[in-house]
Amino acid sequence: MSILVDDDTRVVVQGITGGEGKFHAEQMIEYGTNVVAGAVPGKGGQEVAGVPVYDTVDQAVEAEDADASVVFVPPAFAADAIFEGLDTDLDLVVAITEGIPTQDMAKVYKRLTEVDTRLIGPNCPGIITPGEAKLGILPGNIFESGNVGLVSRSGTLTYQVVDSLTSRGIGQTTAIGIGGDPIIGTDFIDALELFENDPDTHAVVMCGEIGGEDEEEAAEYIAQNMDTPVAGFIAGRTAPPGKRMGHAGAIVSGSGTGTAESKINALNDAGVPVGDTPEEVADSIEDLL
Amino acid sequence: MKLHEYQAKQVFAEAGIPTPGSALATSVDEVVEVAEDLGYPVAVKAQVHVGGRGKAGGIKLVEDADEAREAAESILGMDLKGYTVEKVLVEEAVDFTNELYVGVTMDRGEGKPVVMVSERGGVDIEQVAEEDPEAIVREHVDPAFGLHAYQARKAVYDADIPQSVARDVASVVSTLYDLFEERDGSDVEINPLMVTSDDDVVAADAVMNIDEDALFRQPELAEMEEEAAEDDLEAKANEYGFDYVRLDGNVGIIGNGAGLVMTTLDLVDYYGGEPANFLDIGGGAKAERVTNALDMVFSDENVDSVVFNIFGGITRGDEVAKGINAALEQFDEIPKPVVVRLAGTNAAEGREILNDDLVTVEETLEGAVQRAVEFANEEADQ
Repeated sequence: MSILVDDDTRVVVQGITGGEGKFHAEQMIEYGTNVVAGAVPGKGGQEVAGVPVYDTVDQAVEAEDADASVVFVPPAFAADAIFEGLDTDLDLVVAITEGIPTQDMAKVYKRLTEVDTRLIGPNCPGIITPGEAKLGILPGNIFESGNVGLVSRSGTLTYQVVDSLTSRGIGQTTAIGIGGDPIIGTDFIDALELFENDPDTHAVVMCGEIGGEDEEEAAEYIAQNMDTPVAGFIAGRTAPPGKRMGHAGAIVSGSGTGTAESKINALNDAGVPVGDTPEEVADSIEDLL
Repeated sequence: MKLHEYQAKQVFAEAGIPTPGSALATSVDEVVEVAEDLGYPVAVKAQVHVGGRGKAGGIKLVEDADEAREAAESILGMDLKGYTVEKVLVEEAVDFTNELYVGVTMDRGEGKPVVMVSERGGVDIEQVAEEDPEAIVREHVDPAFGLHAYQARKAVYDADIPQSVARDVASVVSTLYDLFEERDGSDVEINPLMVTSDDDVVAADAVMNIDEDALFRQPELAEMEEEAAEDDLEAKANEYGFDYVRLDGNVGIIGNGAGLVMTTLDLVDYYGGEPANFLDIGGGAKAERVTNALDMVFSDENVDSVVFNIFGGITRGDEVAKGINAALEQFDEIPKPVVVRLAGTNAAEGREILNDDLVTVEETLEGAVQRAVEFANEEADQ
């Protein structure tokens, strides 16, 4: 079992004719993902990575029965592409693009309350159910099918933790990168709830970072609603206030909210062990399973 | 990206928000000249990206030419919390009866912009926010519609702004929201918005921070950014297109992916070292980017050792290794010891390729960080 994506997911790649879009469409197909189409305005009728390209997402849905999309569209046009996915009533839109203006995302966020589509990202590595499907840019070879769920705001940090798990023979049900932007679609609580309701997920790794209060809210959710054990990691203990640490969302505010300390304390209070190093997170998961 | 006060005031004034008469000065003589033109009293204000300038001695009110000269001599060139003051704004002093606060920011939890108004403006607004949050009225805005006129009025009346200036304050709030939206602000703020004895309102300070991801569609503001860059290394990072933050320590850090780089910083601290910087080299690691990243870190005179941590996903370890070799071969002598850790795709091949004469190779992140901390401590002892 898994959450959100499996080998039945029918994927349309928005922006498949661009360098990134084409490369990762090929990688996704090689991994076994059921990529059925691409969508790029003005490029309808072409074939890229062995799949037909349509001018609109709507056409791709009509012709190929796509139910999910991955967005590789440049930042200036990405919000528009996400809107297209939402308004076409897909089940899932995964936005990889980094650097979408925050105000564009505020408009997307509003729209999300009006549609049934789930958004993952933006500024994320995507989602993978090992052995079945990956929607995004995660390196498939480090994942192994198993019983640990993973949710993270960061891409390479996810890889680091997954690598530790896999090398110990601990596989994953599904791993979701929810993205490093201040405004994102699926958040920690959404992902934790999906893992809690998945009988095959026996433990969850949650990798947070400085900025915002999502981790604090997730800690409260874990304490009140979860039976599945969770192990945590928080990046950014040494980040100075007022500086954006790479991710647009990773910033400790001048008034001192969004600190690693606050997040670690909240998780510890919720009974979640927080590792000092990524290896310690894998140790905790080994203990919890 | 932060605008300086004088830049933000220029943007505000163009949008119709009342600001005091002022001019920028970079020398003592210029300060006196401008002050004479404006007429005393004037305020001499350091233009650096530092909060609490007034308390730190970066703002002085002067009554005549002698005082203006004295203030200019003390402020120009002074070190304000690590920044050297090179420009001052000379500005008409406002005779005020009350200080208000108005601002617009993005409430990331709600995913919506929020307008804020308070009757208790002035230097201690952060303290007010902490101790008496109700004293700051917040009105969330639906980004699809923008700020309705009634919302600006509602915020102003709910904040107990006196009737005599309420309309003017509401108008400033509306303009401020429009600027936030049209100029892709992340924070725009006037504190204090001064009320004069004639019941006029004047923006005595101005904060305007811009969403860096939106600078592509704000060319005018992007130009101001170059002017606003204060640290040479941070300016260099902009040029190279790196996410870079300078810190106080001596272990230089280069990695890929924000979360993993932050984690590397944290581990340096955990193992008893002090991180010198955050540098995310991003996806791919072509020789040129590797060279530029090493150049950045070696340019920081505090750096005693470097840890280079790459988790290859799509980025391949062998390519990174070739990039590192090529970059380091350009040096007659490697300036500081470099520890490299490669993981993920083709990591083993990458480790084979790395030249042991140029770098120290470690297999684990923890091992690499510990080694870099040791090197830094040895260098620092010499």
